[in-house]
Amino acid sequence: MHYSVFSLLRNALSGNRSWTPAWRDPEPKPAYDTVIVGGGGHGLATAYYLAKEHGITDVAVVEKGYIGSGNVGRNTTIIRSNYLLPANTPFYEKSLQLWEGLEQDINYNAMVSQRGVLNLCHSDAQRDAYARRGNAMQLAGVDAELLDAAQVRAMVPGLDMDNARFPVKGGLLQRRGGTVRHDAVAWGYARAADRRGVDILQNTEVTGILVEGGRVTGVETTRGTIRAKRVGLAAAGNSSRVAAMAGLRLPIESHVLQAFVSEAVKPLIHTVVTFGAGHFYVSQSDKGGLVFGGDIDGYNSYAQRGSLPVVEDVMESAVALFPAFSRLRYLRQWGGIMDMSMDGSPIIDRTPVDGLFLNCGWCYGGFKATPASGWCFAHTIATGAPHALNAGFRLDRFATGRVVDEKGAGAQPNLH
Amino acid sequence: MRIPCPFCGDRGNEEFTVLGAAGLARPAPEADDAAWHDYVHLRDNPAGAHRELWHHVFGCRAWLVVERDTRTHAVLSVTPAKERAA
Repeated sequence: MHYSVFSLLRNALSGNRSWTPAWRDPEPKPAYDTVIVGGGGHGLATAYYLAKEHGITDVAVVEKGYIGSGNVGRNTTIIRSNYLLPANTPFYEKSLQLWEGLEQDINYNAMVSQRGVLNLCHSDAQRDAYARRGNAMQLAGVDAELLDAAQVRAMVPGLDMDNARFPVKGGLLQRRGGTVRHDAVAWGYARAADRRGVDILQNTEVTGILVEGGRVTGVETTRGTIRAKRVGLAAAGNSSRVAAMAGLRLPIESHVLQAFVSEAVKPLIHTVVTFGAGHFYVSQSDKGGLVFGGDIDGYNSYAQRGSLPVVEDVMESAVALFPAFSRLRYLRQWGGIMDMSMDGSPIIDRTPVDGLFLNCGWCYGGFKATPASGWCFAHTIATGAPHALNAGFRLDRFATGRVVDEKGAGAQPNLH
Repeated sequence: MRIPCPFCGDRGNEEFTVLGAAGLARPAPEADDAAWHDYVHLRDNPAGAHRELWHHVFGCRAWLVVERDTRTHAVLSVTPAKERAA
């Protein structure tokens, strides 16, 4: 069913009895051309772009839980492309451009809201670094504006501008950045992939990867063996475990990252604000809750929940930046499991096993990358080689020394 | 999460900092690139029991080897790191 104002009206007038499921719940076929392991945002986007851009529709997405149960629903919904390094800027800009056209493309309201992303600076040196990053962005064709303190004060009321230790000196603003409703991204990509013939297999856990003579031939699952010519792994959070099934040892540790929502209040922050003197970022959802987050907890975890010291640290940063937040109560909190790669940057590449492809290592930043990650991973799987946009995200870059150290903060806890 | 320090007793993890996996063997300086790549970058990253180095930085300042279940955060054993080296 195509979604439009007419389908909405027709169903409203007929008592909402004729809506159909957004995607099928098929039985697994014995064999597919391509199997994607992981039905999160990246896996679903990969399947969608395989079908749309490369005409490969004999695809199954194998998901151990249900669609939307993993990291695609465990982030802070921010999109942006304000990166410095040449390996990153064009990739994230591609992602932002895909976000801008996403809702028309997949016929789904993902509530893409380009409300801007503002990085605050608190010293002259930090302002110089932001100016450099803004210039690099503009050279790559990305929008960037350097704001002075007066412009920041006018844009974001409530900041502790004249804090004695960390005064706000200005900020780097990307107006095209913003937020997207993350559940709708998962559902929208699932539905769009399904409409192009992709089988989405929920509650189907991969228990083994079949390799014969150095070539992948399929996967073992809790619903039987599925043969495939190509297998793409997009299981961030559990990448090490899945890759180990094919004998690979990855430059990744799994860590827990927490995020928080406050009680709903009247409109307070109409953009995304990041604290430059601590790890803290905040936006306000359309329901009124403040959505915010900070650092990883720092220890290996697969538990999808964190511990209290980081909660306290994030709250301290929040109140340091916005003193009025001390009056708010926080409503709920969750943890997601991040693939922390050793240089803090992702991997989208082939593997030493023929026909086996790897998409992992997203650290803090997987959500914003969802469309470009899927787009580039689909290209890598379909053609057997990375696209220019993901040419920096190679698996062998750690062995060859070509790391992508945008912030240089990967799995090592004392670097955060 | 609470960690039973063998010297100070049961303490909250805000008193500790964590370094990472405990079992990594530093290669000889003249070891080849592959050995250093393995040591610096590659990790087992198990879902289950994981041995890691924690520093009781706001307590007795001892380095500890903590074995922890990464699926539940349950602490399985704690030993002073210098016993490991001996």
